[in-house]
Amino acid sequence: MTRWQRWSPVQRVFAGLAAFLTLDFLIICALIAIELLAGKAINTPASGQNNTLKPSQDMIQRGAYLAKVGNCAACHTARGGAAYAGGKAIATPFGTVYTSNITPDPVSGIGSWSADAFYRALHEGRSFDGRLLTPAFPYPNYTHVTRVDSDALYAYFMHDVAPVTQPNRVHDLPFPYNTQVALAVWRLLFFEKADEVVDSFNQNTTKNTTKNIATQAINTPASGQNEGKNSPQTAEIERGAYLVRGLGHCSACHAGRNALGASTNDQLLSGALMPMQDWYAPSLMAADQAGVAHWPRQDVVALLKTGVAPNASMAGPMAEVVAGSTQFWTDADLQATAAYLQSLPETPVKTPAAQATGPTQKPLLFDRGAELFAKHCATCHGEQGQGMKVEGNVALPALAGNRAITMTNTANLVRIILAGGYAPSTAGNPRPFGMPPFVHVLNESDIAAVTTYIRNAWGNQAAAVSAADIVRQRKGVLR
Amino acid sequence: MAKRMQACTTCHGAEGRTANEAYFPRIAGKPAGYLYNQLHNFRDGRRHYGLMVGMVEHLSDAYLLEMAQYFANLDLPYGPPKPLKNGTSPATLARGKALVTQGDKTRGIPACVACHGAALMGVAPASQPGLGNRPSMPALLGLPRDYMAGQLGAWQTGLRRAHAPDCMGRIAKLLTPDDVDALATWLASRPVPSAAQGGAKPADGLPAPMPEACGGVK
Repeated sequence: MTRWQRWSPVQRVFAGLAAFLTLDFLIICALIAIELLAGKAINTPASGQNNTLKPSQDMIQRGAYLAKVGNCAACHTARGGAAYAGGKAIATPFGTVYTSNITPDPVSGIGSWSADAFYRALHEGRSFDGRLLTPAFPYPNYTHVTRVDSDALYAYFMHDVAPVTQPNRVHDLPFPYNTQVALAVWRLLFFEKADEVVDSFNQNTTKNTTKNIATQAINTPASGQNEGKNSPQTAEIERGAYLVRGLGHCSACHAGRNALGASTNDQLLSGALMPMQDWYAPSLMAADQAGVAHWPRQDVVALLKTGVAPNASMAGPMAEVVAGSTQFWTDADLQATAAYLQSLPETPVKTPAAQATGPTQKPLLFDRGAELFAKHCATCHGEQGQGMKVEGNVALPALAGNRAITMTNTANLVRIILAGGYAPSTAGNPRPFGMPPFVHVLNESDIAAVTTYIRNAWGNQAAAVSAADIVRQRKGVLR
Repeated sequence: MAKRMQACTTCHGAEGRTANEAYFPRIAGKPAGYLYNQLHNFRDGRRHYGLMVGMVEHLSDAYLLEMAQYFANLDLPYGPPKPLKNGTSPATLARGKALVTQGDKTRGIPACVACHGAALMGVAPASQPGLGNRPSMPALLGLPRDYMAGQLGAWQTGLRRAHAPDCMGRIAKLLTPDDVDALATWLASRPVPSAAQGGAKPADGLPAPMPEACGGVK
């Protein structure tokens, strides 16, 4: 009699389950091992032949442009530090990540990397030696970058960026986040590299899903039904999708993240609270957040190019994006981006939840807020929240009817009242207007009152904001 | 320009003259070159006050210079000095005065007046303030004791820095806590010069070359 036959039915069920789980465990271990071992070092001279050929000036310039499109400097240049020498601390929920030196210094930078290694870092998130990179480097986006664009970026970094000897700082990540195994598991769960695309401008070599996404997108009512699959409109939207999903890495902030820091769906720009920052990256697919389907096209382009539009102004992390990246995009790329964003399906304005806070609290806060607004805000924003014009141009957008004021998530609104800030200086708006900080002028309940007031005055309708909400954000501002 | 500078008012006062001076210094009438350098220092990581960094983070050099010139050109009266803290000893005042006017050669500390001007109202070259290689130096009068002590402390710890060679950082690190207290107390006790004494404006230049090279004043 075998052991199996001696066991009771219950024991057999457990044994079967244990065997099944063990098998699963072994399979997962094997997958992790494959993930860890799959990437070989590719900085050998044989594969590094691209280093010896000096690329054309045209290619280098295109790479310089693409580095702006990807805003590489935002993370890889520390405040006041040498360009692209890294060392900037990026706070994540898992610990602090320090960005790497991507200057062509052969020892501390990427000077010994081949073009293949550079492409693999973008496309697969692996370092030259095959090590897995942390997804704080947005390779889930950069995997969409074409080989042609990657090679141009490589040419720029190798031939037009000054080498800087500055060794990389070790990430400050606690166990288990500091292990390659953790990264391998993360990748098994959340990362799928895109199909390789040589050149997105050459339709014959385009195989990845960008096209499908874009084609789906233009079949939504927002952009009409009459455009053919190969029309110029389709090509423009495809280009926009490529920029938004790839180098632009918009989803790194605008898509929600799960508890393990992975974008829940990197094609859905449906808005998310930014980890470790008191900013909310609004949905680009909701009319009551930052959806632009119903905007005039030129306003979308203006906002990205100059930082301001007649009814909106960039602040916080998006001011950084405009300052370091989108202001330098070509008009054609901005038009394409706007076309893509406008092609996204847009959820309509939801009915406001103003009643949620109960009937007794609101009038009290509202009246106090009205007094405070008249005293501190009306000079610039207008008694009727109508905004301010200077020399015939919109200097400050109206607060009345402004979705940045009435948006359900109040993180950005409260943050701006607490800490103030200027829109970015750009060629199109070199001398921006700014908002003063009120963190040391008004206390929590005053800020709650004035916020509640502007969310419900002049026809605005939105939930009240409590002093407790302000207390939480105040800590972040004074940090 | 005043409307564009509204964002500065909750801290630095409606006219660049502040209400809560211990934390937020007066900026009206300071040399444009000095203000421009400070705006740069906040933007580029040599000064670290989070709110200021956030304000200037994405602004261009040209706009920062225009801001500096705007506030430099504001001509506003100063109030009288705040009363001394109870129990301030005459010895403290004497020590402060000696350091400001003579320095301490044995310890390598130059006199404050050697760089900040005999009247201690700073230096602002009349020709194109703040640009080129002419020094531009802030006033040491008209500021409260706590702000002065706070800034000297920040220089000592390296929280506040200037371009290399960072002369002020070097000098501040030579000061003892008692020196800082004496300097801040004596400077804050001095009224700014009246019109008869030459006025509160920065000097046009220094009578002698500065005692050492300073990267932050070019």
